[in-house]
Amino acid sequence: MALLEVKGLYKEFTKGKTRFAAVDHIDLQVEAGECLGLVGESGCGKSTTAQLILHLLKADGGEIWFDNKLLKSNSDMKEVRSDLQMIFQNPVDSFDPRCTLLNGVKQGLRFFDNPGKDELDRRAKDAISFVGLKESYHKRRICQLSGGECQRAAIARAILAQPKLIICDEATSALDVSVQAQVIDLLKRLKAEKQMSYLFITHDLMLAHAMCDRIAVMYRGEIVESGTAEQILKSPAHPYTKMLLSCVLPPRVTKEFHFVDCSPVRQEASGGCKFYEYCPNASAKCSENAPTLEMQNDRQVACFYPQEQ
Amino acid sequence: MLQVNKLCVSYGKIPVVQDVSLHLKAGEIAGLVGESGCGKSTLLRALMMLNGDTAHVTGGSILFLGQDLVQMNEEALRQLRGDQISMIFQDCGEACDPVKTIGYQFWETMNSHGKKYSKRECNAQASDLLRQLRMPEPERILKSYPFELSGGMNQRVGIALAMINHPKLLLADEPTSALDVTVQMQVLRQLHDLRNTYQTAMLIVTHSMGVAAQLCDLIGVMYAGHLVEWGPCGDVLAHPAHPYTKALIGAIPQGDGQDLVGIPGRTPDFSQEMIGCPYGPRCPYAAEDCHREMPAEQTRPNGHWVRCCHPLDQEEL
Repeated sequence: MALLEVKGLYKEFTKGKTRFAAVDHIDLQVEAGECLGLVGESGCGKSTTAQLILHLLKADGGEIWFDNKLLKSNSDMKEVRSDLQMIFQNPVDSFDPRCTLLNGVKQGLRFFDNPGKDELDRRAKDAISFVGLKESYHKRRICQLSGGECQRAAIARAILAQPKLIICDEATSALDVSVQAQVIDLLKRLKAEKQMSYLFITHDLMLAHAMCDRIAVMYRGEIVESGTAEQILKSPAHPYTKMLLSCVLPPRVTKEFHFVDCSPVRQEASGGCKFYEYCPNASAKCSENAPTLEMQNDRQVACFYPQEQ
Repeated sequence: MLQVNKLCVSYGKIPVVQDVSLHLKAGEIAGLVGESGCGKSTLLRALMMLNGDTAHVTGGSILFLGQDLVQMNEEALRQLRGDQISMIFQDCGEACDPVKTIGYQFWETMNSHGKKYSKRECNAQASDLLRQLRMPEPERILKSYPFELSGGMNQRVGIALAMINHPKLLLADEPTSALDVTVQMQVLRQLHDLRNTYQTAMLIVTHSMGVAAQLCDLIGVMYAGHLVEWGPCGDVLAHPAHPYTKALIGAIPQGDGQDLVGIPGRTPDFSQEMIGCPYGPRCPYAAEDCHREMPAEQTRPNGHWVRCCHPLDQEEL
C-alpha cells in the first residue's frame, strides 16, 4: 500500500441554498519518497483536499489511509501527526507572532514526543541550520524575517518531527521567483537526502513540473487527469489540461505564442462532464454522462475523447 | 507622450524610487518587473501623483503630453485622472465603491471630466465596452454591486472603467496577479486588443516575466528603486545585459527540466544609504569598482540600455 492513500474522498459545501461537492470522490496515492503535484485553478478543491487529509476539515465520505493506518478521527490523527506535516501558503501567519524563530520552530515537536529541553533545542538548531538560516536569527521574532526566510523556518518546523510526508499548500506562491527557486531547491534536497514525500499543491503547472514526479490535475472538485509530470506537460490528454497549458505564458518572446480564448464555447449547462461548457470536443454524450477516471495510454484521464498522443 | 526624467520619490527621508528615466510613445506597452519591494508600484503611483501624504516626489519631472505633472495643482490632476491617464489596480473589486452599482461607477467616471452624458448613454457605452471585453450579460452586470461579481469579473469591470474615457495612457498595477491563468489570458487579450484599437500607451507593473514577454513591447527591470535595464522585450529577455535580469529569468520554472537557480541574499534595506551598485552585494560578477559608485547607463542597439559596470556580453549567453 502507498504511504498515503485517499479513496473516494468527498466533501460538500453549502452556497446559499444549494449544496455542491467541493471535493467529489477523489482518489490519490503518494508513494514513499515521491512528490505528487495537485494542480488546478482557485476553487477547484485542492486546498480543501489538503485540509481533509489533515482532518482540519471533516470529510463527508471516503477513506484516508496513511502508513497503513485508517485515519477516522482526530485521535487517529494525533498518533500520526508527527509523520504528517504541513507547510502553509502564508508563512508569517502560520507562526505565533510573539515567538522567536527558535521557539516557533520548536513547536513542531513539543506536542508529539518531546525529547526533553536540551535535545529539543539541539534538534531545532540543526533543522534551522539545515534550511540555511544563520545562528544569529535564533532570537529574532518572526516579523523580523523576510517572506523567504520565514518559509524556510516553516520548513524547519515541519521537518523537526522527521515526518514521512509533508503537505505543501501553495508553499511558494507568496514568494518572489528568486526566493521560490531557493525554497524549491531546499525541498528537493530534503527529498534526496531524507527520502521525504510530498503532496505539493500549486496553481503553477511549470512549478509542479519542476518539483513533482507525478501530477494530478483537478477541475471543480474532480481529478480529470493524472500521470507523470513529463506526460502531463508534454502530451496532455484531457482538454482541460490542454487549456491550462495553453495559458502558461513563457518568459521569452516566441513566434508560436498567441492569446487563446478561454471563454465558454457553449451556454447550456451539463448534467454530465463538468468541463462540457468549455470543451471544444464535447458531444451530446458528454452532457448526459460524466466520464470517470480511467487508465488510458499509461495515465489516468476522465474524458470520453482524450487527445491523441 | 510620457517622459519621465530622473524621478526620485521618498517616503519621509527614505528614498524608494531613485533617478528613474523612461519614455513611452503612443501605442507602446511597457512592462516593469522586479522583486517585491523594489519600488515598482511606488513609481507607478507617482506617475499619477497618487502617493498621498506619505510619499513625496523629491526630484525630477513627469512630462505627460508636454505638461509636468509634478508641478500641477490638485484640480488639474483630477481632470487628467480617469480621463487622459487612468489606472487599473491589482484588486479592482476593492477599488470600486462598494455601495454603488457598477452602472453608477461608469456614470460617475464619464461625467467627472466636463462632459455630460445621460444615464442611458452611459449604460449604452458601458455595456458596449463590457461586451467587447467578452463579459456575459452586460446589462445585468451594470445593475450589480461589486461584491456580487467574481474576482475575474471585477477585474474586467476595472479595466472597462479605466478604458471608458479612452485614456491616452493606462497604468496597471499587477492587473492579473490575483487571477487564475485562464482569466489572466482573457484580460491580457483584452488589453492587447484595446491597445490595437485606441493606440493607448500602457505601463504595466508585474512580477511575471511571462506577462511582460507576451504583452509588452518594452521591458524595464527595477532593483532597489533603480531602473537597471530597459529595452525591447525580445532583446532584454533573450540577451539580458544586467546580471540581475539574467538571474531573475533563471529562477523561473519553464518546463524544460532545468534546475531553478535562486538569487542568494536579500534585497537591500532602503533606510541604509547605498554606495555603489545596489545589486553589488548579491552579484556573482561584482568587482571592486562596483562598490564604489552607481554605474552609469551603457547603451546597446535598439534603445536597449543597462546600468551595470560589467554588463554581460552577448557571447556569454
